[in-house]
Amino acid sequence: MSPKTLYDKIWDAHVAHEAEDGTCLLYIDRHLVHEVTSPQAFEGLRMTGRKVRAPEKTIAVPDHNVPTTLDRANAETMTEDSRIQVAALDKNAKDFGIHYYPVSDVRQGIVHIVGPEQGWTLPGMTVVCGDSHTATHGAFGALAHGIGTSEVEHVLATQTLIQKKSKNMKVEITGKLRPGVTAKDITLSVIGETGTAGGTGYVIEYCGEAIRDLSMEGRMTVCNMAIEGGARAGLIAPDETTFEYCKGRPHAPKGAQWEAAMEWWKTLYSDDDAQWDKVITIKGEDIAPVVTWGTSPEDVLPITAAVPSPDSFEGGKVDAAQRSIDYMGLQAGQKLTDIEIDTVFIGSCTNGRIEDLRAAAEILKGKKVAVKRAMVVPGSGLVRAQAEEEGLADIFKEAGFEWRMAGCSMCLAMNPDQLAEGERCASTSNRNFEGRQGYKGRTHLVSPAMAAAAAVTGKLTDVRELM
Amino acid sequence: MEKFTKLSATAAPMPLVNIDTDMIIPKVFLKTIKRSGLGVNLFDEMRYDRQGNEIEDFVLNQPQYRDAQILVAGDNFGCGSSREHAPWALLDFGIRCVISTSFADIFYNNCFKNGILPIVVTPEEHAKLMDDAERGANAVISVDLEGQTITGPDGGQISFEVDAHKKHCLLNGLDDIGLTMEKAASIDSFEATAAQSRPWV
Repeated sequence: MSPKTLYDKIWDAHVAHEAEDGTCLLYIDRHLVHEVTSPQAFEGLRMTGRKVRAPEKTIAVPDHNVPTTLDRANAETMTEDSRIQVAALDKNAKDFGIHYYPVSDVRQGIVHIVGPEQGWTLPGMTVVCGDSHTATHGAFGALAHGIGTSEVEHVLATQTLIQKKSKNMKVEITGKLRPGVTAKDITLSVIGETGTAGGTGYVIEYCGEAIRDLSMEGRMTVCNMAIEGGARAGLIAPDETTFEYCKGRPHAPKGAQWEAAMEWWKTLYSDDDAQWDKVITIKGEDIAPVVTWGTSPEDVLPITAAVPSPDSFEGGKVDAAQRSIDYMGLQAGQKLTDIEIDTVFIGSCTNGRIEDLRAAAEILKGKKVAVKRAMVVPGSGLVRAQAEEEGLADIFKEAGFEWRMAGCSMCLAMNPDQLAEGERCASTSNRNFEGRQGYKGRTHLVSPAMAAAAAVTGKLTDVRELM
Repeated sequence: MEKFTKLSATAAPMPLVNIDTDMIIPKVFLKTIKRSGLGVNLFDEMRYDRQGNEIEDFVLNQPQYRDAQILVAGDNFGCGSSREHAPWALLDFGIRCVISTSFADIFYNNCFKNGILPIVVTPEEHAKLMDDAERGANAVISVDLEGQTITGPDGGQISFEVDAHKKHCLLNGLDDIGLTMEKAASIDSFEATAAQSRPWV
């Protein structure tokens, strides 16, 4: 048998039909659904009299629109259009008989945090969702990617997706990370290296010692941002860390089925002599705590650097860099550690898990925030409950952070959690696009520890100085 | 879905690289449960000031580009979120074709589901088409999907690649779901096998 990559193996196990030109029907094991990209798809099913083919493999949770204030049980806290969208998901989940975690359920949260937490996401699966950050689930060695609403409807109706195979890219992070360097710094540094279009047409497999050493939470952070590098999906081969995480989760297999699953899962790795279309190698020790200065995730630099000059770029990036610097209200040559911060946001499907909250709390312990506002939005109700049990919530509150309910919140600012014009935020989210966190809001992407460091100093800060 | 066969129209130049889906349609307009009506908010934050007045400089506000049906855009167009609201907004405005040196994967696929043709060209071809587009309404660009060609205002022709299946669906305005349902037997048989080999799924 010819050697295969992990992606090849998962792909081959899911081809339900292949046409002569290589167009495949890829079978989908898990379909995650949220309120923003699904209403038109369910409406399409109704108009054509179609059903959901596999409701038992379809899981819905509202996350993008939902308020994160403590009084959110009161529907008045939502705007009319948000309320309609969430109500539509309530109704669609009920009418089509799919699994559902409503806002009132303690298990509700960001779809990409709920899926793994509940054991829906398992190694070797195909997972899709009408959301680009579906790449998160690749941390389990599952082929997971975002789809548009027409494709959501296609998966609902047929449990398959029309696909052509992507190319294989290997991103190896060798050796150990230095203190203060996290999964977020890895994933941003990779995008800094490849650019936001560098992964277009590829599925990335992250490997190497620094990746192996990461917890599942960290691996999810890395894969989450594969899409920011343009890749269709990111993957990490499952290992003992993965199996340990999955074991005992509500929807993970049990008993003999667990054993059978493990037997297959242990074959899910790239063969030694597998062929790669592109290989990138980065030394773990070369990665520093990083921060974005511009309005694209590729605009990333070590915290010790300065805002670059647009002239240092080439082609279309010269104008884009100038536009970014103007939008962000910065000057070329300005030290990144001189940039003052108004707001700190900790949360999102990138960094809203328990380990992220622990890392931030570690820096905040016994300190007070020096910014205008600081907010923690746990990724799910269960993360929130665990953080309360571990005493993290008290650390956040005593430091002056708002302790919120679960949701996407200020990562995309579809709910009331938004930046004001010109407000500058150190954010653990995934996109620093213009207007992403609010009209004319300014976003600097950082790790949770770096966000906490910025919160206590009021400026972008090298977290290593506080450790 | 509306067919796409041939199109001759004004092309609007948008040379900025990395135009993301938040720029194409900001999230405040995603709170709809419909597909239609998003054209008025296409490129909203670049197109209007906070009071809702048009920003004169913005390309689609200029008289010669108001009826543009083609965009010639900078590299990595449509990066960011999976929101299909981006092609819905383009279509609702009247854009049927976007030409760039590369597109983000999900956006590229979403276009084909909505009767929009995204075309990838080389940097040299792109520079020429951008020049053409900057000549405004006098510079009509013609796109022929069947022949896979773009013809510029001066008669110069460029060939482009497109996946055969996607081309077939776009030329005929075909609904993917209907086509897939014709292969239901393959899906049934896959499910039956998987139920044995991976019963935990």
